[in-house]
Order: sequence, then structure tokens, then C-alpha cells
Amino acid sequence: MYKVKVYITLRESVLDPQGTAVKQSLHSMTYNQVQDVRIGKYMELSIEDTTTDVDQLVKEMCERLLANTVIEDYRYDIEEVVAL
Amino acid sequence: MKFAVIVFPGSNCDVDMYHAIKDELGEEAEYVWHTADNLDQFDGILLPGGFSYGDYLRSGAIARFSTVMTEVVKAANAGKPVLGICNGFQILLEAGLLPGAMRRNRDLKFICRPVQLQVENAETAFTNSYSQGDVINIPVAHGEGNYYCDEVTLETLKANNQIVFTYKGDNPNGSLEKIAGIINQQGNVLGMMPHPERAVDSLLGSNDGLMLFQSIVKNWRESHVVNA
Repeated sequence: MYKVKVYITLRESVLDPQGTAVKQSLHSMTYNQVQDVRIGKYMELSIEDTTTDVDQLVKEMCERLLANTVIEDYRYDIEEVVAL
Repeated sequence: MKFAVIVFPGSNCDVDMYHAIKDELGEEAEYVWHTADNLDQFDGILLPGGFSYGDYLRSGAIARFSTVMTEVVKAANAGKPVLGICNGFQILLEAGLLPGAMRRNRDLKFICRPVQLQVENAETAFTNSYSQGDVINIPVAHGEGNYYCDEVTLETLKANNQIVFTYKGDNPNGSLEKIAGIINQQGNVLGMMPHPERAVDSLLGSNDGLMLFQSIVKNWRESHVVNA
């Protein structure tokens, strides 16, 4: 069994209006140290043991559905866990 | 001419679309559920607005993998006119039938109001009844209509006259180059954020959208009906 954590964020080149609004709010709270805020998505996948390469499988899912690579970047962590 | 109005779970402009085709345009229309696996009997495909699959993950991302979308791609490749409005446009982008992607509106608000559109290309199968530079009054209703594509794609869109509609005056959503609607290189797939199907009767504020549907029919007749 695998636990996969997928993080999706807008690409650097794409303006993030939500992140900008949150940054401004943090500034108005006097957290002026904050230089940038990027808002993204976090997903957890549980994947059963498989003979196919899990890394390849997750990459494929990200490319095809989980992220839109025109505007989003993705990264993921795969952890092998023993099913209870 | 017979149109398919594709209905996904969460579509909500399908009835307006059907009304525009059937009652205002006077052509045939049929609702087609997202599980359909054959669109051979239809001459044109319409993807209506709404919130397919609750806009989960991203607008259009889940609808794009519906069974019917395989058929929509097939129809597009066969040269049939395919029109995606609002959520329909988002689905066409996710499906890769049109280039680019949608971001949240610049001001993070859902916008629902009439806008002025400029017809940038009046020589398409969807705009041949308008004149170049016409300014038309069509409503928008979306939270994610902030069009984006990379520079290379933008240059290609410009070079091939694929930008069909732009917002006139204020940019309502932050869309790149004020883009409101684009067409594919083959000229048979159009996506646009504004709702022409909501502007087909002057009693309701504008009938400027009707000419878009008339253009589709006119173009189709010219190539399919002898002695048209």
C-alpha cells in the first residue's frame, strides 16, 4: 500500500490573484516580512500494491488529470505503508 | 441542421441553449446525456455553460473524461462545428481541443452582467453573419474566465486570427489580451466565455447572440445543402 501526497501550485509565471489577496491581508496585519503567497491544492491518494511503477503511475495521473500543466506545477511524495 | 446539446451533471445553461436553437433559430436540437457514445446523427455539437461535476478539481477537468467527450473529439476531428460556451469553453480547454487554460477572475468575484464584445474575426463558421469590428452586447456569468496561454501560443493565435471575440472597454476578468473567445486552427471548434444563447431575444435585453447561431447554420448549408 502506498500513501501519496500531491501538491499542486500555480506556475511561477502565472499570477495568483488569491495568493496576492492573502498577502495583502497579511501585510495589513503587519506581517510585512511576507514577500509572496502562493495558494495551491493538496491531495492524498491511497494506492494499492501494484506491479507497475508507482512513481510513473502518479506522474501520469498528475499530467492527465490532477494538474493542468498549462498553468500549474505539481510535486508529490510517495510513502510505502503496511496495510493494517 | 441538427444540434446536440450535451448535458453533464451540473450543466445549467442547457435549457437556454435548447431554446435558442429550437425556438429562436428554428433548427433541430436534442439533449444528449454525458454517457452517450455516439453523436453520428448530429451536424453540430453544443457544450453549454454551468458547473459540470460541481467544478471539482478545476472547471471542466472531470467532464473532459466523460464518455461523450470521446465522441465530441471525434466530431471535432471530422470537421463538425463544436461550440463551447462558458463551462463548455473550459471543457474544450481541458480536453485540449483549444489551447490555453482558465484562471480565477482577477478580482476573485463571480461576474454576472452584460458586456460589450468586439468581433475580431468575422470570417469564421461561427461569425460570418457579423462584420469585422462589430460591437455586440452579450452577457457573461463566470468565476473563472481569466484566459491564459504562454507567449508562443498567443503568437500562434494572433498569426492565425484565432482570437474571435475580445472584451470591449474594461477587461472584466483579467483575461490575457482581453480574450473572450478563440477558435481552433481548423476553424470548427469555438470556445467563448460570454453567453450568446442568453442574447437571442430583444425582449430580454439583446438578440446580438442569435447571429452566431445563424452563422453556424449558414456555413453548414453552404457546404451541405445543394442549391442553398
